[in-house]
Amino acid sequence: MPVDHTKNIIEVEGVSFAYNEDLVLEKVNLNIHKGDYLGVIGPNGGGKTTLIKIMLGLLEPSAGSVRMFGQEIRDFKDRSKIGYVPQKVINFDVNFPATVYEVVAMGRYGKRGLFKSLGKDDKKIVNESLKQVEMYEFRDRIIGDLSGGQQQRVFIARALAGQPEVIFLDEPMAGVDVLAQDQFYQLLKRLNHELEITLVFISHDIEAVVNEVTEIAFVNRSLSYDDDPKNFVKGDLERLYGDKKFIHHHHEHA
Amino acid sequence: MLDIFQYGFAIRGLEAGIIIGMIAPLIGMFLVLRRYSLIADTLAHVSLAGIAVGFLFQINPIVTAMVSTVLSSVVIERLRSSKKVYGESALAIFLSGSLALAVVLISLAHGFNVGLLNYLFGSIVTVKQMDLYIIGGLGAVVAGVLYLFYKELVYISFDEESAQVSGIPTRMINTLLIILSALTVSLSIPIVGVLLISALMVIPVVTALQFRRSFMKTIVIAELISIFSVVAGIFVSFYLNLSTGGTIVLISLVVFVVSLLLRRR
Repeated sequence: MPVDHTKNIIEVEGVSFAYNEDLVLEKVNLNIHKGDYLGVIGPNGGGKTTLIKIMLGLLEPSAGSVRMFGQEIRDFKDRSKIGYVPQKVINFDVNFPATVYEVVAMGRYGKRGLFKSLGKDDKKIVNESLKQVEMYEFRDRIIGDLSGGQQQRVFIARALAGQPEVIFLDEPMAGVDVLAQDQFYQLLKRLNHELEITLVFISHDIEAVVNEVTEIAFVNRSLSYDDDPKNFVKGDLERLYGDKKFIHHHHEHA
Repeated sequence: MLDIFQYGFAIRGLEAGIIIGMIAPLIGMFLVLRRYSLIADTLAHVSLAGIAVGFLFQINPIVTAMVSTVLSSVVIERLRSSKKVYGESALAIFLSGSLALAVVLISLAHGFNVGLLNYLFGSIVTVKQMDLYIIGGLGAVVAGVLYLFYKELVYISFDEESAQVSGIPTRMINTLLIILSALTVSLSIPIVGVLLISALMVIPVVTALQFRRSFMKTIVIAELISIFSVVAGIFVSFYLNLSTGGTIVLISLVVFVVSLLLRRR
């Protein structure tokens, strides 16, 4: 059955956000459709992470609304539909005493609910998720002992273990070496194509992302959207940045 | 040679000590990993104010300590999450504030006495039969609640944001953890004393972390170290006539140093 790419799963409407007096996001509108592989790009401090946190319900917008699978994000209960890979590789505790298996099992916790421990089915899904990202052999290793790229694959497996329909990835390439990045992009493509998981990929590395994603949203306080990333580079980017430099520093650190 | 098992108080002390030795690292594990180690120390100081109230009004000090620590723990967590005060500043306010209150209350109750000194540094002599029931009951409650919320606590300790995204009620779990810490501090007072409780919650866990094992195995190692330190500490202090709390903590420190040396090799 082909994916219905016209079905909206996330609708962001007129979202603004201010830290104290600083307007970080201004009247952002964005629809994410089922099966999209959306790249959210923009300069550091341009509001990408803030936008994602609002979409996930971690931050309340100052104005506007977010609907997830047709429901206001505040009332959205079916949380296991969302997978999240936070900006982790750089700032998680490498001394944390958890094996790869234990980390991926966390992906089942929300789905299982309070007062229930994981059963046989959960364990099977955890193992399958590990195989999906080719980290099964590492299941008994301590997470802090792995390389950046391996850790990131484990975090993907954790997101997969919740059997989500959409996965948000916040700068997943930070701390991952170039060779591993290639593998990682292939993995994401497979998840999008074969498992039909909608991907929302945040990155400041515009050049790398435009070759991978199928839609692109450029966030720098306001948002512009294009469903043909390659066009986007030629036209809008020059207009938006005002010159041909892809990396742009903006003085708005959150 | 004296036989420790001939003395009722010593047996009670040993029983209470083993319960505390089992509970303290369970809570300590989450406090250490969440960088909350200082909370245990703060709550211990708060408990001293509670103990002083107990002395003043002739109520069982464990009960008053429990009430004061649980109430303060909730206020501390509120202050921290409201972000009106920096996290450590909130702790500093409670730590010194409750110590001040304790000292004033103690002077009202006509100064220090030996009983109070035992609560400061711990002594197996302090443990009465009633205390043993309270320690056992509270210990069972703490262990039971930890068991029920184990997976949520693990997830929040590792990655609070992702836990929240996955629908885990992080705020409720955080409050629960700090209340459990307050209970654990209160029930540990008679044996290790107010000033040494946090050591028993923190040192065995930090030692176990040196072994770099899974979460489950780390808890088991911390448990073994903690129970060993408590039992050995009680025996050594009984036969050599030393302070119980101090001996327990020093033994756990020796184990910690050995684990550091082992890891370096």
